[in-house]
Amino acid sequence: MKALIIAEHDGQHLKSSTRSVLTAAAELCNDLVVLVAGHDCEKVALEASRFGGVKKVLLAQAPFYQRISAEDLSELVLKIVEDFQYVLTPATTFGKNFLPRVAARLDVAQVSDVVKIISPRTFVRPIYAGNAYQTVELNERIYVLTIRTTAFKAAILGEQSAEIEAMAPLEPIKTVKFIRHEQSVAKRPDLTQARVVVAGGRGLQSKENFQLIEQLADKLGAAIGASRAAVDAGFISNDYQVGQTGKIVAPELYIAIGISGAIQHLAGMKDSKVIVAINKDGNAPIFQVADYGLVGDLFKIIPEFCKELEQPT
Amino acid sequence: MKILVATKRVVDYNVRIRIKPDHSGIDLTNLKMSMNPFDEIALEQAVRLKEADVASEVIAVSLGTSECQEVLRSALARGACRAVLVETAVELQPLAVAKLLKVIVEREKPQLVILGKQAIDDDSNQTGQMLAALLNWPQGTFVSELKWLKNQVEVTREVDDGLEILNIDLPAVLTVDLRLNEPRHISLPNIMKAKQKTIETIQAEELGVDINPRLMSLETTPPLPRIGGVRVETVKELVAKLKELQVLPV
Repeated sequence: MKALIIAEHDGQHLKSSTRSVLTAAAELCNDLVVLVAGHDCEKVALEASRFGGVKKVLLAQAPFYQRISAEDLSELVLKIVEDFQYVLTPATTFGKNFLPRVAARLDVAQVSDVVKIISPRTFVRPIYAGNAYQTVELNERIYVLTIRTTAFKAAILGEQSAEIEAMAPLEPIKTVKFIRHEQSVAKRPDLTQARVVVAGGRGLQSKENFQLIEQLADKLGAAIGASRAAVDAGFISNDYQVGQTGKIVAPELYIAIGISGAIQHLAGMKDSKVIVAINKDGNAPIFQVADYGLVGDLFKIIPEFCKELEQPT
Repeated sequence: MKILVATKRVVDYNVRIRIKPDHSGIDLTNLKMSMNPFDEIALEQAVRLKEADVASEVIAVSLGTSECQEVLRSALARGACRAVLVETAVELQPLAVAKLLKVIVEREKPQLVILGKQAIDDDSNQTGQMLAALLNWPQGTFVSELKWLKNQVEVTREVDDGLEILNIDLPAVLTVDLRLNEPRHISLPNIMKAKQKTIETIQAEELGVDINPRLMSLETTPPLPRIGGVRVETVKELVAKLKELQVLPV
């Protein structure tokens, strides 16, 4: 049994999403091959070669593979995929974008967002935004999986170093042209990868007051999130929305402030390790999922919270 | 230029789902069903392109049982010109939907197919990409902004590390994200008008593609309930607890 892992990386390092996929792949077999496609990314290949279970790294480099398109990447994968029984990549926007193209061309199903591997062909995945988990079994010649990265620990660098083999780039597909990439304001960590998220809801009452959330987030080095109510009220733009139709997050610490806890919101954050709820309504449903609840006036509590964090331990 | 929009009938986004006591699936009895919210956004975008005289026709397609007619009726009320139901009692999974849509695309010859980035029931996020691959068309997924250039579209994609802007040649498949637009409310006159329009029905089995489900569901279980619910009285106490758990950054 052999598994092909398509690496998500930033040109310098493997993203932690790929390391989670390595852990998942190692549960399926011990012959792992990592495909690194990019431009000037030997360093990434070198890093990939050091993880336990990795037998080979395929390195495909070309200038047009920097921010590689789904079209180019899927062709690259299809070129080598028939040697494998498993193909895995993270269930991030990177993986979601190209892997279904591979599955469709192979005429096999894809299992999205795998959170647990039960057997070589039985997997658990969330449906209805995590309000239910479905165990699915399938029988395909190649199993094509995206991995929910919050469900598997990131693999740790080993001592070994596997062979790195260059793979020739293919002809570029010209129907898609990359124009540019705009980085989110990178002052704060990415919402989906942050260790701490501070999220605000309707209780903040205004866009101006939402700055209180930012102040607390700055103190904690946290990402900012918001409930749909806060987004709909115009307090913050909707790329900050956490929930069923927004982003799904599972940080170490999620602090929900002035959020009542509508089911759509809970769907997006209830897998967080520790949840703190701050709300003036002691009966708000958010308290049912919170590890720690504090009932009170957020306009008093947030400044106090900020101040408390400045205290030396 | 024709635009085809695929719309899925799903449990309404405000409804709390119930898992069957024997864990054999989701109990859909008497649940309110609606158009997948992401597909509403896809349709809205198509209708706007029609209103801007970029598109000549907007065709809504839905696949499934005859009950999908409700979804197509609402698509017509929202501005679709006509509607096609690909009818089947078979539980359709993304690969099957992509194969069926491919046949419809080959028949209707749209320049653009727009879909929601995912359905809020199975959350697979596959169908658009699979359709693009089967057609050998380029794709733009998670689109939050769309500009019309002649024979091309410029799309802004919402990706985990920000925004990515691509120029895509037509014909193409686009899947849309929440920020693209805010779908209009359906007005009563438009609901009435939609009742006059006909929905063409095609039997999926006649389209000659393999639509059998590949994923067999063994069990559907609720998520583990969270344990907790400790109330703290003061901020001091809260911060002390968090420090104890070592979840605060040092």
